[in-house]
Amino acid sequence: MRALVVIGAGASGMAAAISAHDSGVKDILIIERGPEMGGILTQCIHSGFGLHTFHEELTGPEYADRFQKEVLKRGIDVLLNTTVLEIDSHFIRYINSTGIYEEECQAIVLAMGSRERARGALNIPGERPAGIFSAGTAQHLMNLDGCRIGKKVVILGSGDIGLIMARRLTLEGSHVLAVVEIMPYSGGLKRNIVQCLEDFSIPLYLSHTITEIKGKKRVEGVAVSPVDENLQPLPDRSFDIPCDTLLLSVGLLPENELTKKAGAELSSTGGPVVDDSYETSLPGVFAAGNVLHIHDLVDYVSQEAEEAGRNAARYILSGECDEACIPVVPGHGVRYAVPQFISRTGKDALIKFRIAKPMRNAVISLISDGRIIKRMRKKVVSPGEMERVSVQKSLIDSELKLEVAENDET
Amino acid sequence: MMDYDVIVIGGGVTGTAIAWYLARYDIKVLLLEKECELCEGASKANSGIAHSGYDPEPGTLKASLNVRGSRMLHSLASLLDLDYMQNGAMVLAFSDSDLKKLEKLKERGSANGVSYSEMLSKDEVLRRERNVSKDVKAALFFPTSAIICPFSLVYAFAENAAVNGVEVRTSAPVTGIEKRRDGFVIHSDDLSFASRSVVNAAGIYADRISAMVVPEYFSLTPRRGEYVLLDKTEGFVTSTLFRTPAELGKGVLVTPTVHGNILVGPDCIETGEKDNTATVSKGLAAVMESGRKSVPELNYRTIITSFSGVRAHPDGNDFIIDMPCPGFFNAAGIESPGLTASPAIGEMAGSMVAEYLKAKKKNNYIETRKKIVRASSLSPEKLNDLIATNPGYGRIVCRCESVSEGEIVEAVRRGAVTLDGVKRRVRAGMGRCQGGFCTPLLLDILSRELNVKKEMLGKKGPGSEVLV
Repeated sequence: MRALVVIGAGASGMAAAISAHDSGVKDILIIERGPEMGGILTQCIHSGFGLHTFHEELTGPEYADRFQKEVLKRGIDVLLNTTVLEIDSHFIRYINSTGIYEEECQAIVLAMGSRERARGALNIPGERPAGIFSAGTAQHLMNLDGCRIGKKVVILGSGDIGLIMARRLTLEGSHVLAVVEIMPYSGGLKRNIVQCLEDFSIPLYLSHTITEIKGKKRVEGVAVSPVDENLQPLPDRSFDIPCDTLLLSVGLLPENELTKKAGAELSSTGGPVVDDSYETSLPGVFAAGNVLHIHDLVDYVSQEAEEAGRNAARYILSGECDEACIPVVPGHGVRYAVPQFISRTGKDALIKFRIAKPMRNAVISLISDGRIIKRMRKKVVSPGEMERVSVQKSLIDSELKLEVAENDET
Repeated sequence: MMDYDVIVIGGGVTGTAIAWYLARYDIKVLLLEKECELCEGASKANSGIAHSGYDPEPGTLKASLNVRGSRMLHSLASLLDLDYMQNGAMVLAFSDSDLKKLEKLKERGSANGVSYSEMLSKDEVLRRERNVSKDVKAALFFPTSAIICPFSLVYAFAENAAVNGVEVRTSAPVTGIEKRRDGFVIHSDDLSFASRSVVNAAGIYADRISAMVVPEYFSLTPRRGEYVLLDKTEGFVTSTLFRTPAELGKGVLVTPTVHGNILVGPDCIETGEKDNTATVSKGLAAVMESGRKSVPELNYRTIITSFSGVRAHPDGNDFIIDMPCPGFFNAAGIESPGLTASPAIGEMAGSMVAEYLKAKKKNNYIETRKKIVRASSLSPEKLNDLIATNPGYGRIVCRCESVSEGEIVEAVRRGAVTLDGVKRRVRAGMGRCQGGFCTPLLLDILSRELNVKKEMLGKKGPGSEVLV
């Protein structure tokens, strides 16, 4: 019987294992399907990681390496090239090239990360030629395998990975002809718009989308069309961009096939429903990082996972399980909020959420049973950035609601 | 001196079925496919249904070969180790005129020899299929209808044919056919092959092949059918759900696939272009709307991919299986229910060829074929044994479909040379992330196993290289 099994050795899995270890649980196994620790960080060779955690600007592999060293220093068991097939509250089945294994465990931390939305999710019509990549796949091929994926590239979606790949492709000698974004604003961080597009004069087409993929064997071009306020394409104003490659950076989805199969309750984020100890609806199963909801910065992934690891350790050592009875409800202007429930244990709860649309002079209100218990102002808020707010539990009655509104009055 | 007794042109389900049938005779058979993989045309883009046979006009080849094919598939499923499941089909009625059509379909079914069908009340339909629209009035149930992986059928026919001595050549387009006194010479770019007889199973291009031998014998109209494929949702629908037949075919169906996805489609558009398999937004939107009439809760946010295939619609509306000149055979105009009918077409066309050649049966014919082992379907004990002999079966490469490296290597051993060829054989890249995670790994494995540079590897054939 293992004390703790952590699924995934990316940013969140490593942080969860380290903090569980430091909280007194020594019998930990991390299972990683890739050939090394670090998860998606290993292919993120750009800088910008670790500003909050280490107060310096690191590349993805450097950030991962700091955590990996901590994992190794503690002698935590790590199985690489190993895939988890099935979990239950206190059971795990996994496979690698030496066989298939089953193990009982006291607790599990889910840290499987996310996957990219593919072309099908957008249902872009046309042929199905080679040369269509999701941005992360392209990043893997370029940064880990040293391959060249295209010469003339159009990128759909202005999320961070798409923006970073626009710069990366340009630096590798490809010609990035356009970044096309259906929304009237970018889904990425402001710093990435500036550093990845503007600095390289790559045009960003806001309120545009791709309505057709041309080419039978390899991509030969895309049809780009402006969209109206309901995001419907205006075909009369459509134009073609000849290219040999289309990159899709159209969002990440928490990867929860194991979670679903185990019967955990899922939320609208695509991740499991959790309380403020990051425990899912399955007792002893915790979740953190992109498997729970999509983060903007890896530093926040690490923080969240540390918290989950600490709580998993507490669960293992004391058998304690808080009764999380206060629902957290996304109200007007809020797309989702995590956790979905908070308990009465402890002083404060940290709520993470994303807003529904960009706003200036935004007022974020925390409301308990019709009574505003906290109010914050922010000059600019955008759906591309994750918001975090801490709330004193003693102020909450039976429910916590979050609302965001543009402040016109003042 | 002849190289072959018979050359089959076309490596789709029809051509491979004929090769499979001919393989039991003591003759030299060559199968030619123009693409670098088998199963590239309509055979890879269809509904994947083994139809019971209620739909075709009684008395047609479509009707008799459908019903015969449906029965043959039922027994071939275990002999050839097909991905096949008899799940039954319902034709849903939503109006009074639909109800009348159901009566006609029931009669037509019995005229065609469909052994059993059952009229279901609204309550019974909803009891069996909780997600069918509450507007349903009744349904006609055909228990012998089945779902089948079309790729598995083509590869099974081809692999069984090959093990029985049929030679298969890919990347071999037929560029000309010369008629000789004692047979034919088939030109394929720089190569030529002499044969006593020829079978034309060239799918949508069969009219062009036919015209090389018999001018203006028939023509084919390309009819495109578009589909959307949804992620796996266990038990969402269990039977294949049809609407009552329309002018141009059986209409939009909603069906589980044999691998647990949900498939919605097809429409039917005459494009005039044989190689136009592009989907169009209007078509997809119509398919999706039509699917929701049968099953309102279809969640199109879980769409994995959309695709389209081109049906070869013949002038006379029936399959063309004949010998317009001595030694030259057609198996053409094989639109729906061509997949279901394929073993029966193989049997019929194959028998005609065998008779022409006065061929004798072999005595060492191998009747069975085993599919590539799916590691994820094995018991832990069996999987452990397999991993002990081949560790590759423990390395999961495609996480969405749980496909191991061992399976991918075996796909290459059985002829896969492209990413699509691997995908159709073992489903790597077929799942919800559509190859997002496994494409780089597949390129590594293919490059290693085929001993070619990664830059040479294509999604389909030459010209579709993944890297530049």
